[in-house]
Amino acid sequence: MIGRLAYLWPEIALFATTCIVMVLGLSRSLPMRKASAWVCGIGLLAALGLSITTTPSGSTVIASGGQAMLPGMAPFAKCLICLVALFLLPLLAGTVDRAEEHRIATGAGVFNPLRSNRAEFYSFFLFSITGLLLVADADNLIWLFLALELTSLPTYIMVAISSERHRAQEAGVKYFFLGALGAAVFLYGFALLYGATGTTNLNAIHESFLSRGISTMAIAGLILSLLGLCFKIAAVPMHFYTADVYQGASAGVAAMLAFVPKTAGFLAMLLILATVGWSSGPGAASLPEPLRLLLWVIAALTMTVGNVLAVLQSSAKRTLAYSSIAHSGYMLVGVIAGPGDGSFTRNGISAVLFYLLGYGVMNLGAFAVLASVEKPASDGGEPRELDSFDDLRGLCRTHPVSGWTMVLCSLSLLGMPPLLGFFGKLPLFTSAIGAGEIPLVLVLGINSAIAAFYYLRLMAMPLLEEPSFRATAPVDNPFVSRRFAGLLSAGGVIVLAVFANLLMKESTAAGRYVARPETASAGAKTEVSVAQDGR
Amino acid sequence: MNPDTTAPTPDAASLLDQWMLGLLVLVPLAFALVVAFSPDKRARATALLGTLAAGLLTVVALARFSWSNGAAFQFEHDVHWLPSLGISVSMGADSVSMLLVALTALLGPICVLASWTAITERVRLYFVSFLILQAAMVGVFIARDIIFFYICFEFTLIPMYVLVSQWGSTERKRAATTFFLYTFTGSVITLAGLVYVAWINAGMAPGLYAGSGSWTFQIATLQITASQHMTLSQQSWVLLALLAGFAVKVPLFPVHTWLPLTHTQAPTAGSVILAGVLLKLGTYGIFRFAIPFCPDAFMHYAPVIATLCIIGILYGGLICWVQEDVKKLVAYSSVAHLGFCVLGLAALNVAGLQGSILYMINHGLSTGALFLLVGFMYERYHTRSMKEIGGLAAKMPVWATFMVFFVMASVGLPGLNGFVSEFLCILGTFQASDKWATGVWGSAGTAIPGATAGNLGPWYALVAGSGVIVAAMYLLIMVGKVVFGPLKEPAGHGGAHGHDEHHGHEDAHATEAHLPADLTAREITALLPLAVACLVFGVFPAPLLSALKGPVDQTVALIDTARQIPPPGTPSTQTAAADLRTLEHEPKEASR
Repeated sequence: MIGRLAYLWPEIALFATTCIVMVLGLSRSLPMRKASAWVCGIGLLAALGLSITTTPSGSTVIASGGQAMLPGMAPFAKCLICLVALFLLPLLAGTVDRAEEHRIATGAGVFNPLRSNRAEFYSFFLFSITGLLLVADADNLIWLFLALELTSLPTYIMVAISSERHRAQEAGVKYFFLGALGAAVFLYGFALLYGATGTTNLNAIHESFLSRGISTMAIAGLILSLLGLCFKIAAVPMHFYTADVYQGASAGVAAMLAFVPKTAGFLAMLLILATVGWSSGPGAASLPEPLRLLLWVIAALTMTVGNVLAVLQSSAKRTLAYSSIAHSGYMLVGVIAGPGDGSFTRNGISAVLFYLLGYGVMNLGAFAVLASVEKPASDGGEPRELDSFDDLRGLCRTHPVSGWTMVLCSLSLLGMPPLLGFFGKLPLFTSAIGAGEIPLVLVLGINSAIAAFYYLRLMAMPLLEEPSFRATAPVDNPFVSRRFAGLLSAGGVIVLAVFANLLMKESTAAGRYVARPETASAGAKTEVSVAQDGR
Repeated sequence: MNPDTTAPTPDAASLLDQWMLGLLVLVPLAFALVVAFSPDKRARATALLGTLAAGLLTVVALARFSWSNGAAFQFEHDVHWLPSLGISVSMGADSVSMLLVALTALLGPICVLASWTAITERVRLYFVSFLILQAAMVGVFIARDIIFFYICFEFTLIPMYVLVSQWGSTERKRAATTFFLYTFTGSVITLAGLVYVAWINAGMAPGLYAGSGSWTFQIATLQITASQHMTLSQQSWVLLALLAGFAVKVPLFPVHTWLPLTHTQAPTAGSVILAGVLLKLGTYGIFRFAIPFCPDAFMHYAPVIATLCIIGILYGGLICWVQEDVKKLVAYSSVAHLGFCVLGLAALNVAGLQGSILYMINHGLSTGALFLLVGFMYERYHTRSMKEIGGLAAKMPVWATFMVFFVMASVGLPGLNGFVSEFLCILGTFQASDKWATGVWGSAGTAIPGATAGNLGPWYALVAGSGVIVAAMYLLIMVGKVVFGPLKEPAGHGGAHGHDEHHGHEDAHATEAHLPADLTAREITALLPLAVACLVFGVFPAPLLSALKGPVDQTVALIDTARQIPPPGTPSTQTAAADLRTLEHEPKEASR
C-alpha cells in the first residue's frame, strides 16, 4: 500500500499549497492576499515537476499497485492537467474580490474577512485540480468516486462566487443539483459493478471480467457509470446545464468548467472501460456491444446536438458552451475506437488524451478573450464581461491582442489546418477509421462542417466587423494577466502544432492499453474464456 | 521541423533546387509578414514587390525544370514533421504542377495592380490575405503529401473568406459564408476519403506491394495502394468522397450554386484569383487524386461525371444568356467552361486530358482578364447591369479592344488560346468510346486513327459541342450590348454621385475622380501579359502540349492498365494480392 504514495507526490504538493493559500488569502494585508495567486502558481509548477519525475508508469505501476490496464496514462494526464491549470491561473485573476479590494485600496473600506472570497476561491481551485490529479491515478472505484467528487464540489462554489450577479448563484445551484444527480447515477453504477464482481479494485474487476465473463449486472453498472459520467463531460443526456452554467459563471470559471470536469469525466470513463477492454465485443477490437452502441449513440447525438444548438445562439459564451458539448462528442469517438494496435494513428485513447490537451489550450483562449475585455456598465456599476457576438465586433482593431487571440483560437477549435485543433481531430479520424467506425467518422466530418458556421462567426466578428464606438464599447479590463493567458493559448495553438510530434509520442505511450496485465493472479490467467485479444 | 539532414552536402544549385518549391511558398508568406507590419501607405508597393519576387522565383524554377522529363516529380524535398502521424511536408512538381504554379505567379502581380485604387480601407489586411492566399495556392500544387495538400487546400478558404466578406459588394457577408461552408463541408469529406486510403495502405502487410504497415500520407505510395489494391466498391466510395470536395470547388453542376454569388460579391482581384486559380484546385484535385487513386471507379462512372459536366455546360450557358449583370454572366460562364474542362478529364484519353489541363491555364488567363475588365468598368460606373451601360467603345476604346479580344479568347476563336483546349476536350470526348473498335461506328477490327476505348463518345461530344455555340451566343450578345451600340451611361454618372444602388463596401467614389475615362497605364500593364499569353498559347500550343505529354501519358497508361486488369474484388479474376487483401480486411468489415 505504501507503494501508492509514489503516485501522490503532486497531490501532496498541491494540498500543502492549498493550506498556505487558505491562510494567505485571509491575510489582513492586501499584498499578502494578492500573493495567493502566485503561491498557487508555484504549487502547480511543483506539482508539474513532481508529475514528470515521480509518477510511476510502465512496469513500475505494478510494483506500486496502481491500476495496470492503462499504465502510461497517469503521468501524461497529470502533466497535461498541471499545464492547463497553469494556463488557467492567470485567467482567473480578479474573478473575486475586485470591488472589495478596490474599496480597500482607495481607503473607502476596511478589511472584513466575511466579505473576502480570495482564500476560498484559490483554494477551491487547487482542491479541484487535486481531485482531477487523483482521478488520473485511481485504481479503485471508491477512490475514483471520491476523486470525482473532490473535482466537482469546489467548482459548484466557484461558479456561485465567480460573479456578484444573481445569475452566477442561479448557475451554481443548477450546477450543484444536476451534479448531484450525475454523481448519484454513477455511484449507482459503481455499486452494481461491485455487486457483479465483488470487488472495487479496477484490476480485480478486470480479472473478474476476464475469468468469469461480463454479467448483465456488470453491463448495467457500466452503463449507469457511463451515463453518470456524461454529466461531467457534458454529453447528451446530461448536457442541459452546460449553457446556463457557463453563461452564469464568469468567463474564467467557465473556461475551467470546460476543461476540469471534462478531463475528469474522460479519464474516469477510460479507466472504467479499461476493465472490460476493447477486445470483448463482436468486432475484432471493440467494446461489448451494448456499451459500444450506447457510446455510439451518445457520441453522435452529442456532436450533433451541441453543434446545431451552438449555431442557433446569439451569445458567444453560450455558443462556446454548446461547442464544448460538441467537442465531448468528438472525443467520445476516440473512446469508442479504443487502443487499436497501439500506434498513435490507431489508438483512440491516445487521441482522446491528445485532444484533451489541445482542447484545454485552445478553448481557454476563447474564454480568455471574453474575460479580458469588458463593457462598462451604463449606470456606473460593475462592468460586464463580454457575452454576445455583438460585443466582439471589430475587436482586432480596438484590442488587437484579444481580437487575434479569438481569431486564432476559433480557427483552431474549428479544426482548421495547420493549427492545433486539426492535429487533435486527425487522430480521432484515423483511429475511428482504423476501428471500422466509418459511419461515425462521417458524422464527425459533417459535424466539423456544421461547426464552421459558428466558429466562422466567432472569427469574423472581431476580424471583419466594424468596431462600435458607443459609450458602452468594450474596454480592456485591468487584469493584464487575463490577456496573457489568452496569448499563451494563442501561442500554444501554433507552437504545439509545430512541435506536435513530441506530444504525440508521449500520448502514444500514455494511451498504451494492456489487456491482460501481469498483476493477474495465476488462476485468472488460465481460465480466460471470454475475452480474446484483438489482433 | 527538421530539414532532411541525410542528404550529402549539396552545392548551391542543388540546394536551390531542393528548396525551390519551399521558397515559392515561403516568399509570399514572408512578404505577408512584412506587409502586416508596414504602414498602410507602403502596403501596396510591398505586396507588389512580394508577388514580383515570387514571380521571379517562379521564372527561375521554370527555367531549371527539366521539361523533357515532365512526368517526373522534380525539386523534390521532404521536411519531416509529424512522423507519429506519418505526416511530412513533402514537395515536388511535375509539369502540370509547374504550369499551374506559373499561372498563380502570373496572376499575383496582376491582381495587386488591379486592386491598387479599388482598395482604400484596411489595405494591410487585404494584401496580407492576398499574399497568404498566394502561398496556399502554390502549396496545393506542389504538395506530395496528402495532409500538406489538405492544409494548403483548406487554408485558401480563410484569406478568400476575408477578401470577399470585407471588400465585396452589398451581399458580401452572405456570399463569403456560403463560399466557406460549401467548400469546407466538401473538403472535410474529401479528407475522410483520403484518410481512408491511408488506412487501407497502413493495413497492408509490410513489404507487400506499396503497403508499409505503417501510416504514411505520401501521395505516390497511396496512389499505388489505392489504384491497385482497392476493390471497385471501395474505389467508388473513395471517388465519391474525393468528388464531394473537388466537385464543389470546380464547381460541377449540382453543387455550383455558391459560385455566381461569390463571384459577383467578391472584389475584382478576388474574382480573378477565384476564377483563375481557386477553381483549378478542384480540377487539379480530380487530375491528381480522383483519377489516379480510383481509375476503375472513375472509368466506370465517367458517363455520370460527363453528364453532369454537359448539364453544367448547357445550363450555365443558358443562364448566361438571360443575365443582365455582366459579372454574373462571366461567373456563370465559368460554370460552363469548367464543365468542358472536367469533360476532358472524364474522357480519360490523351487528347481529353491534355485539353483539360490546357483549359485550366487558358480559362485562368481569359476569364481572369474578363473579370479584370468588368472590375475596371465597375470602378468607373458603379454598375454592372447591361440595362444601364452600353456602347462603351465610344468612351473607352482601349478597354473595348481588350474586352473584345478576351471575349474572343473565351469563346474559342481559332488562333487564340481557348480554341485549342476546347477543341481538344471535345475531341477527346468524341474519341473516347469502345464502339469505335467494336464496329458500331467504325468498321470492326480496323483501327480508327486516334480512337480510344472509353465510355463516352460522339453523342457526348455533340451535345457538349452545342455548348460552344451557346457560349458564343451569350458572350457576343454581351459584347454587342456593352461594347458596341449606342453609348449608354448610368444616370448621374459624371455629375452628382446619385447612383448608389450597387454601392458596396468597396467605396470607389473617393477614387473615381482620379480615374480617366479609359484605362490607365497601370490597368493596361495588368492586362497586357494576359493578352500576350492568350495569343502565344493560341498560336503555339505545341510546347505546352509536349510539356504535358509526360504526365498525361502516365495517367492514360494507368487507365489502360485498369482497363485490362479489373480491380481486385471483381469476381472473375482475383489476383493473389486481392486474396491477401480480402483476407485481411473482409472479415472485419463483414462483422460490422
